[in-house]
Amino acid sequence: MTTIATETERKLASAVERMPAFPKSVQRILELTRDINCAPKELVSVIEKDPVMTVKILQVINSAYYNMPSRIHSVGQSVVYLGLNTVKNLALTFAAVGMLPRFSSDGFDMQEYLLHSLTTAGIARQFVAAYAKGEVDPGDCYIAGLLHDFGKAVFAQFMPEEFSRALHESSQNGTPLHIAETEILGADHAFVGGLLVAKLKFPDPMVECIRNHHSPDFPPNAMMDCVRVANQVSRKLGLGKSGSRWTDTEPVAAPGRFGESFDVIIENLGDIDKIVADAQTFAQLGAAG
Amino acid sequence: MKIRFWGVRGSIPSPSPRTVRYGGNTTCIEVRTDNNTLLVLDAGTGIFQLAQTLLREMPLQTHVLLSHTHWDHIQGLPFFTPLFVPNNSVHLLGPHDVVTGTGVEKALQVQLQYSYFPVREAEMKADIRYTTIPPESPFAIGDATITAVMLNHAVVNLGYRIDCNGKSLFFTGDHEPHANIYDPTDAEYSDYQALIDEKQAAILKIIQGVDVLIADSAYTAAEYPRRKGWGHGTFDSSIQLGVRAGAKKVFCTHHEPTRSDDDLEAALAEALARNNLPPGGPEIQLAREGLEIVL
Repeated sequence: MTTIATETERKLASAVERMPAFPKSVQRILELTRDINCAPKELVSVIEKDPVMTVKILQVINSAYYNMPSRIHSVGQSVVYLGLNTVKNLALTFAAVGMLPRFSSDGFDMQEYLLHSLTTAGIARQFVAAYAKGEVDPGDCYIAGLLHDFGKAVFAQFMPEEFSRALHESSQNGTPLHIAETEILGADHAFVGGLLVAKLKFPDPMVECIRNHHSPDFPPNAMMDCVRVANQVSRKLGLGKSGSRWTDTEPVAAPGRFGESFDVIIENLGDIDKIVADAQTFAQLGAAG
Repeated sequence: MKIRFWGVRGSIPSPSPRTVRYGGNTTCIEVRTDNNTLLVLDAGTGIFQLAQTLLREMPLQTHVLLSHTHWDHIQGLPFFTPLFVPNNSVHLLGPHDVVTGTGVEKALQVQLQYSYFPVREAEMKADIRYTTIPPESPFAIGDATITAVMLNHAVVNLGYRIDCNGKSLFFTGDHEPHANIYDPTDAEYSDYQALIDEKQAAILKIIQGVDVLIADSAYTAAEYPRRKGWGHGTFDSSIQLGVRAGAKKVFCTHHEPTRSDDDLEAALAEALARNNLPPGGPEIQLAREGLEIVL
């Protein structure tokens, strides 16, 4: 079993290396790096919004060569360790791979996926202050939210036909997408995303959060609670599309921490206009794909 | 342990009557351990002069540690005469190249492309070995222990600590102290600062208590604001690093190619006047081509 998992992890990591980044980040990286004095924080902000670039940077910094004393799981940390110019040039090499097409897999819109991931990430980070203060790092919640559905992007890019069938099965018959994925692709997006971040040696709560966000029986932790409920709020508010349909009968995933009313949760969340506006700008909704 | 500077200039060789006292060659430092193991820190143009003195020691074993692969730190490598002589052993060590994903062997391979240099690596007679060094994993060469640490430059740059029988030196290669990329009013400022503080503490731990600190001091405090982010330190940052690390001596190096000998001395004097050294604090000097330090 271990050998199979290791082989799958290796293939997955190599697939991600070949994966193009999102159009907006490619375009912004090319624009920003034309100016030798570009603001470093703008560069970081672009990379942080792109799940592909984020995973690629973290793959590099966490490679065995750098022998990091502790695992690096944020773009900011990568900049401190590798240096801004190195990160800038890495981002340029990622940009050179090309741009992720909007539709690799019939029925899956990468822009909508990105909008869902970005809003889940932003909301999960914002939840920490009200619901999990001191229990979890808000930046870790952001990364977990950004990457919780990364497995779907990998499926869309590398197994487009099978993934399309899973999407179709889910939308036609109401089968939850992760169940349809397991039936058709042999594993669900959570498992694939979890394998990938496990290879990056992310801290256990982050790996568990991504791997088990569709496993209601898995013992929850603060990060998983925040990401699961952020995922629900993003879907309920129609902020992008995750591929999983929202139904109003869906109960709050972590009632112990969040209570049972989405109305109250959304009210307590406060202003998320900036999160949504930033995500929409970045995901370029409405632009030609 | 003996240390000798063969090149102290940054960026590009700058021979001139105005640089004759401190020298115009780019970075190269010879280190001889107590049992005469030869370690060479960086292969700037100064390595050619060093090579001339090695002819009488052949066949020899030498270890060249590259801080990084910018031209001014590798430019002399193809002219390192021991590479051409049979029975010599040249061990080239340096960092992994993040952007290309290649090891230190790339440095010499790129330089020896036929358009740029007439001798191919295969035609070099010495036994050439390469080791890509992982950071913060001490290893031994002869009677020396070497610890590399990633510093802050435009490419991955390793600073090297060399310990031998209770004596030690640290060479930064090219290094700019980390700076917060956020404004103090940004939400991300404090988290980023905590990361910097952690990294700087890790660097300081490795430099702690060295007898000799050789540090990138390319700029004056007045020049720095316009060169921020270029990956180099200042006289002030080197002095402060020496104080914090409890170094006994600090040698400021990577002199700007346009800076004359007189200007160099004036720049250091000005920085010393601005930075009060604590009692027993480090002795601060300019690195000078030909200067030998015996520990």
